[in-house]
Amino acid sequence: MAAGIELKNVQKSFGNTEVIKGIDLNIEPGEFVVLVGPSGCGKSTLLNLISGLETLSGGDVTIGGKVVNNTPPRDRDIAMVFQSYALYPTKTVRDNITFGMQARRVPKAEQDAAVAAFSGLLQIDHLLDRKPGQLSGGQRQRVAMGRALVRDPDVFLFDEPLSNLDAKLRIDMRTEIKKLHLRLGKTVVYVTHDQIEAMTLASRIAVMDEGRIRQYGPPEEIYENPVDLFVAGFMGSPPMNMLPGRLLRTGDEVFVETGDDEARVRFPLPDAIANRIEVGNGHEVVLGLRPEAIFAAGTELPGADRFIFERPVEVVEPTGPDTMIVFGIGSVELIARVRPEDARDPGTPFSFEVDMSKAKLFDQSSGRSL
Amino acid sequence: MRPRTTNGIVRPRTLQSSVLRGLLFLVLGLFCLYYLIPLIVMISTSLKSLTEIREGTLISLPREITFDAWSKAWESACVGVRCDGLKPFMWNSIAMAVPAVLLSTTLGAINGYALTKWRFPGANWIFALILFGAFIPFQVVLLPMARTLGQLGLAGTVPGLILVHTVYGLAFTTLFFRNFFIGVSDGIVKAAQIDGAGFFGIFFKIVLPMSIPAIVVTVIWQFTQIWNDFLFGVAFTIGDSNPVTVALNNVVNTSTGVKEYNVDMAAAIIAALPTMLVYVVAGAYFVRGLSAGSMKG
Repeated sequence: MAAGIELKNVQKSFGNTEVIKGIDLNIEPGEFVVLVGPSGCGKSTLLNLISGLETLSGGDVTIGGKVVNNTPPRDRDIAMVFQSYALYPTKTVRDNITFGMQARRVPKAEQDAAVAAFSGLLQIDHLLDRKPGQLSGGQRQRVAMGRALVRDPDVFLFDEPLSNLDAKLRIDMRTEIKKLHLRLGKTVVYVTHDQIEAMTLASRIAVMDEGRIRQYGPPEEIYENPVDLFVAGFMGSPPMNMLPGRLLRTGDEVFVETGDDEARVRFPLPDAIANRIEVGNGHEVVLGLRPEAIFAAGTELPGADRFIFERPVEVVEPTGPDTMIVFGIGSVELIARVRPEDARDPGTPFSFEVDMSKAKLFDQSSGRSL
Repeated sequence: MRPRTTNGIVRPRTLQSSVLRGLLFLVLGLFCLYYLIPLIVMISTSLKSLTEIREGTLISLPREITFDAWSKAWESACVGVRCDGLKPFMWNSIAMAVPAVLLSTTLGAINGYALTKWRFPGANWIFALILFGAFIPFQVVLLPMARTLGQLGLAGTVPGLILVHTVYGLAFTTLFFRNFFIGVSDGIVKAAQIDGAGFFGIFFKIVLPMSIPAIVVTVIWQFTQIWNDFLFGVAFTIGDSNPVTVALNNVVNTSTGVKEYNVDMAAAIIAALPTMLVYVVAGAYFVRGLSAGSMKG
């Protein structure tokens, strides 16, 4: 059985420092929710509050319909995977996995059956008699997952489980975690600072900053409709280009004027945005353009709301499938994602095409989406 | 001569380096001898007869080896008015040192575990106060301790001495374990909490098996301190409950009769043997424990 989790005005202070400043979060049974944010935003603390490893300073935590504010971790029916794996170094892999069941006095036969079932699934059956010290990072990670899985809890909590692995293994394990979730259908709360992990795994993402949740929604919504500059800048790699400018209304058309006297570019806003916004002429705004929304002119199929402008190439950064071109408008540096064959040498003028239907507009002073 | 491909890390052997090497070993050998001579003199003297000691020199080796002095020191030398040798006092010392070492080590381990893994408000203050105990000289606690033992009805008994050593040793054992546990990942304790183990369950099943190196260091330290202690022993026990250090003093410092140097030497070695034994046994285990338990993260 998967259980839902509900947080109501959850607060946590360490001494005089407020770490979690009143968080409301509703997690449906079977959902995969990723808490993402920069280090120090309180995401691990929030996870520890759900697990019961930290005590609440205020608010309510409900798991599976029961308020668990004062329930110790062992009685919350949760399992947790830690960043450092936290395997017991003096115990064999088998005993690491069954320790939780031993502590709960589960019959030996049941323990063996669980170990057999999950060690095959995680491909650690040949490691059962080794000590954690004799395992590689990826194997330790699997054992840590096994320890969580055998308990068959209602809720899984992951605290940056992949950040100690090398890049390739991280991608493999990411896929495996996703497969496991699809297969077991349990509720998962997953903490990471890696926005790609968040995008790939989550059914819903909660973007956190300074002890608050900035935005909570499905990955596509977080990526396509960020509520403010923080979320927009945090999600996506390379990050969204942020162009400060002024709103310009001339006749029917609405522009964002960016740059300085040296180089001025007027981006025409598509009707969808132009009709929505209410701010007046000359309002200070920030135009957000994802790197993939800027490409070499004429290389994509024609579409509505395209805008073409020319700037010299400053830096060329090939990544393999795409090449990043860094260029400037005024004092702001932008990144465009172009096909490798379209790249030009630094210094040469380059014709950029922008898909303005993908543009985002933010209020410069409040940072909120317009 | 081979070409210098190793850039001076490995240098070819020359006459000069051979001479220097020889000199080095000579100096090291002299130091070894310097440290070993007292032991050699003690052993050789303990194997001589009294006549031989009177006739020969201090460093001459025994002409005729006899263990009479050893058996006398063990079972018939006079300690005060009682002439049963060191034997009964050895048992006193063991009956005192073993429980005191076990108690102070166990309590120190629990203290260190609680102070690092179950942080509570004021934990740092409590640790600072415990640490302060490590800097209090023996003499300072003599009188208050004597009063306490009197109140508890333990004055002049081996259990009283156990209590004194346990209390006095706590500062050191807590310090050792606290410093060891501070390096143990908190995640392990958290994982065990979620796995459903409690304070003592985690302590005995997870944390204690990890801390063998700390246990060995603490046991060696505590055993050496407690076994070798003279001041607490002479102050808080009387006659038959004296530990072996006090008895040794009474054998050696007797003011009547002929001075039996061979018996004195044998008695001194007997009194020192257990600490050497603990060091050899535990020391070997210590090295093995260190390498077996080594793992990152």
